[in-house]
Amino acid sequence: MAKTELKTELKAETRDFNFYYGDFHALKKVNLPVLDKRVTALIGPSGCGKSTLLRSFNRMHDLYPGNRYEGAIVFHPDNTNIVDLKVDPIEVRMRIGMVFQKPNPFPKSIFENVAYGLKVRGERSRSVIEGRVESALRGASLWNEVKDRLQQPATALSGGQQQRLCIARCLATDPELLLFDEPTSALDPIATANIEELITELREKVTILIVTHNMQQAARISDFTAYMYVGELVEYGVTGDIFTKPVKKETEDYITGRFG
Amino acid sequence: MSSMHTTTVSERLSRKLSRNVRERAIELVLFLAASVSVLTTIGIIWILIFESYHFFEHVPVWDFLTDTMWTPLFSTPRYGILPLLLGTVTTSLVALAVAVPLGTVIAIYISEFASPRVREIVKPFLELLGGVPTIVYGYFALTVVSPVLQYFFPSLPGFSMLAAGLVMGIAIVPYISSLSEDAMRAVPMSLREGAYAMGSTRFQTAVRVVLPAAISGVLSAYILGISRAVGETMIVAVAAGMQPNFTMDPTQPAQTISAYIVQVAMGDLPHGSIGYQSIFAAGLSLMLLTLFFNIMGHLIRRRYREAY
Repeated sequence: MAKTELKTELKAETRDFNFYYGDFHALKKVNLPVLDKRVTALIGPSGCGKSTLLRSFNRMHDLYPGNRYEGAIVFHPDNTNIVDLKVDPIEVRMRIGMVFQKPNPFPKSIFENVAYGLKVRGERSRSVIEGRVESALRGASLWNEVKDRLQQPATALSGGQQQRLCIARCLATDPELLLFDEPTSALDPIATANIEELITELREKVTILIVTHNMQQAARISDFTAYMYVGELVEYGVTGDIFTKPVKKETEDYITGRFG
Repeated sequence: MSSMHTTTVSERLSRKLSRNVRERAIELVLFLAASVSVLTTIGIIWILIFESYHFFEHVPVWDFLTDTMWTPLFSTPRYGILPLLLGTVTTSLVALAVAVPLGTVIAIYISEFASPRVREIVKPFLELLGGVPTIVYGYFALTVVSPVLQYFFPSLPGFSMLAAGLVMGIAIVPYISSLSEDAMRAVPMSLREGAYAMGSTRFQTAVRVVLPAAISGVLSAYILGISRAVGETMIVAVAAGMQPNFTMDPTQPAQTISAYIVQVAMGDLPHGSIGYQSIFAAGLSLMLLTLFFNIMGHLIRRRYREAY
């Protein structure tokens, strides 16, 4: 992959970020930069905290009792600490999109799924909604497959199409940051390739943070990679460097498959 | 059974034999238990059809379905089911107008908004409401709700379909709310997370995502509510009055199909007379009505089921 200039502005960063599930200290002093219009991948063995970190970015942990954030996740350029409990989680989620491990289209038509975020944000104009739905579906490379059946239930689509629909659903609201939580782990290889290609296209327009179990995937699609282990950020760097000349021994062991 | 430490081949085989016999016996007992419900249903249907057949030998089916008078006690009795049917339909509509919105709102609240503590308090109360004998509801309608309604609408008679229907609605709420809540709680968390991640509020998540996802269960809860309203007997027998009335005006007294059956069963008509046999024709109508709604419920459930 041609990477002209890697360094850009910061879109977000975690500062000495800790997270607790009740008494369980799940994330320990994590300092992770997320660069604007770049793909940052989080890798590491199961239970290392990569999904927990991802879900902190849109305050998903607020939905369950007993969870606690500590430290900061700062959003740029406005310098908002989005895990500050005084910040409304809904406002945070309005700026951030999330694609889940298992496609979770709403029990509505294809059109209504993509229009959902706009309607929640109070958009009423039919023509605006129609325009945004089309461009979001085009952006998610799904338009040609569904343009003749927008009123059909979204659940009738294949798994890969559903996942691209979930991406379109996010794109329609123009998010500043897109979170992907192992988006291809429930998909077949062809659907996976489509999603990966899509992510590569999207990095021109939006900042992406992706959790993946698949190291080849991280190597293929990300600009930066962070390796996590038992709640700590072990190593962060340019993806090429992490995979070819990791600084830390643990990272090398994980990447070469000696462990994990 | 033979003792455990003897292990000759023949003994092990015979143990296997006795196990087979026991298994067969258990299977037979289970089969008989299941048969009871099937045989009972067949028996009921057979008696209804058999007795109705005798009734329809004297009363033409066409008259039964189109006559607007139901006067089995008159010297020239007329047997038109329509007044009773309208009584049943009107009281049921009043009841559903109460039970469907209230039951749905309660279900949404308990499933999506209530804290576990509140849920633990509210649910037993709802179950208690569902366990109140309907005769108690009937007298509640007659002695409390009717006078209160009359206070606001002085022209309202002491017996009315309105009072009976309103209380019947309250009686049905627990069925609708508890089944709807089950359906909503069965909606996978991943769908709620998806909705929240899009920036939805709690209310938007509940109404725009969870409720549509649970719609097949919620609709079948409504259908069950309809079936119960249509078959409900004691509340309408006590509070709606006992005279058949060809009207859909809920402020009027009227008799429902079920209330008529109670009246006859209490002995107003001599056993074996045509009037007596009319309760089987009425019962058959009622059963066909509830059967219709049950089939509708089944179809709706199939049509709207979401597979997760």
